[in-house]
Amino acid sequence: MTTNKYETVVGLEVHVELHTNSKIFCGCSTEFGAPANSHTCPVCLGHPGVLPVLNRQAVEYAMKAAMALNCQIADVSKFDRKNYFYPDSPKAYQISQYDQPIGEHGYIDIEVDGETKRIGITRVHLEEDAGKLTHIDGGYASLVDFNRVGTPLIEIVSEPDIRTPEEAKAYLEKLRSIMLYCEVSDVKMEEGSMRCDANISLRPYGQKEFGTRAELKNMNSMRNVQRGLEYEQLRQAEILDAGGEVVQETRRYDDASGKTFSMRGKEEAHDYRYFPDPDLVKLHISQEWKDAVRATIPELPDARKERYTSQYELSSYDAEVITSSKKLADLFEESLNYTKDAKGAANWIMGDLLGYLNANNKELSDVGLTGQGLGEMLELLGKGTINGKIAKTVFKTMLETGKLPQQIVEEQGLVQISDEGALLAIVDAVIERNPQSVEDYRAGKEKAIGFLVGQLMKETKGKANPALVNKLLIERLKS
Amino acid sequence: MSITLKDVEHVANLARLELSDAEKAQFTEQLNAILKYAEKLNELDTDNVEPTSHVFELVNVMRDDVQKESLPIEKVLLNAPDEEDDQIKVPAVIE
Repeated sequence: MTTNKYETVVGLEVHVELHTNSKIFCGCSTEFGAPANSHTCPVCLGHPGVLPVLNRQAVEYAMKAAMALNCQIADVSKFDRKNYFYPDSPKAYQISQYDQPIGEHGYIDIEVDGETKRIGITRVHLEEDAGKLTHIDGGYASLVDFNRVGTPLIEIVSEPDIRTPEEAKAYLEKLRSIMLYCEVSDVKMEEGSMRCDANISLRPYGQKEFGTRAELKNMNSMRNVQRGLEYEQLRQAEILDAGGEVVQETRRYDDASGKTFSMRGKEEAHDYRYFPDPDLVKLHISQEWKDAVRATIPELPDARKERYTSQYELSSYDAEVITSSKKLADLFEESLNYTKDAKGAANWIMGDLLGYLNANNKELSDVGLTGQGLGEMLELLGKGTINGKIAKTVFKTMLETGKLPQQIVEEQGLVQISDEGALLAIVDAVIERNPQSVEDYRAGKEKAIGFLVGQLMKETKGKANPALVNKLLIERLKS
Repeated sequence: MSITLKDVEHVANLARLELSDAEKAQFTEQLNAILKYAEKLNELDTDNVEPTSHVFELVNVMRDDVQKESLPIEKVLLNAPDEEDDQIKVPAVIE
């Protein structure tokens, strides 16, 4: 492998749409999937003479996100115009932030192969989104939908601290998780509410200076970010191995082929001629305002993970998976109001719940399971009202109907049979019907008992208390 | 600092302006004259003055996150040079 000679250096630029009700500078709705151009007005269409007015909620979401990413929040911030011509931008400039972003000097910790690594966050700034272009007529024309213009975005720029495609993916997953905890965005890469561009370069191990970088665009899923970087890593290594030079350029990732392609026609270096937007006044962020926003940040995934491993003795892996989603972690904690069996709750979440969601391509919000349901089921299991096999049925019914376990058990008659007298009668019947197995067992083939237990469970539709069945069978067979 | 012909060509290109040679020469001269006039400000000591990004003293002008009615689609499309399916149709821009 040629890449062994080189160290990969990656920095990511991530855009996250803030889920405000209205756009950043006008009152148009930010709803996704509305009829084309139905959420536009003179302000976001860039008509002459209109004035943008800043959405306070967008500022507070940006502050909240920047704080959760451990950034220092600016005391004074302002908005600048980034000038460029492209049909997705009706004003021919984007309102963004140049030298006074909302937040700077942050970091997040990621975990790859059991090792924790800190990735620096250069800055978090607030800006407006552009419109959506659809290319038609065999590439001769484009249709423009301006609904998305003016949706508030934060751009999160990382330091070039990422060294592998896996780290890039872990970084994105952690960002996504933090944004979900903060409830500032729904962060769906497939719907474009989280988008990622990557700067990637290679350098021989030991070299201090960075190599020439390429900027990758159009990677619309976490997996594609990883694949795009893997491809680019190999491509640049081959160029360097052949004694060539990597060209600094923007490259588009193609999902179908898994390759990256040069985007030509950008020979003129970016020259956005930023200048302060005269339509918007400065933002002064007081300590009181910062404190008020900081108070709205919930316990973040890292803190929760730490608590789950120390307080509930979950494995680091289980704690990581459960805390990666706030909804999952909330479900886990809710269940603990009804049971003390934290490990049991974690096992059911990790196994049956996630298995069901993956197999059926569903999200937690699509199923009926509640923390109360999970907790109460574990209690029924602990008290011996139901056995493990019945619990599986109860769990699945909870997922599908949202009913509570007690009701499911009663409706379906699922209570475990732990009555010795009742079980003895069935044990005797099973022994009588299976003389061969009985003989095998008495001849020393202890495995034969498994068949008899199976018959008994079948007879009771899985409701027999397995421990009791074993005990009774052995007693009878040995007598 | 002075503006060269090359600077004028560069800025004109960024602004998608097509200038004749005579215009380029004229603008180079005019822009230099403007810069020279503005240079007068350098005579002032601004060491302890914060850069001005806005002439108003006003700060923190914001609105609540409340939706307002958007334009009806007919009005949105009034300014479109061409349209299709309620979208604005433009020549393709190849990246």
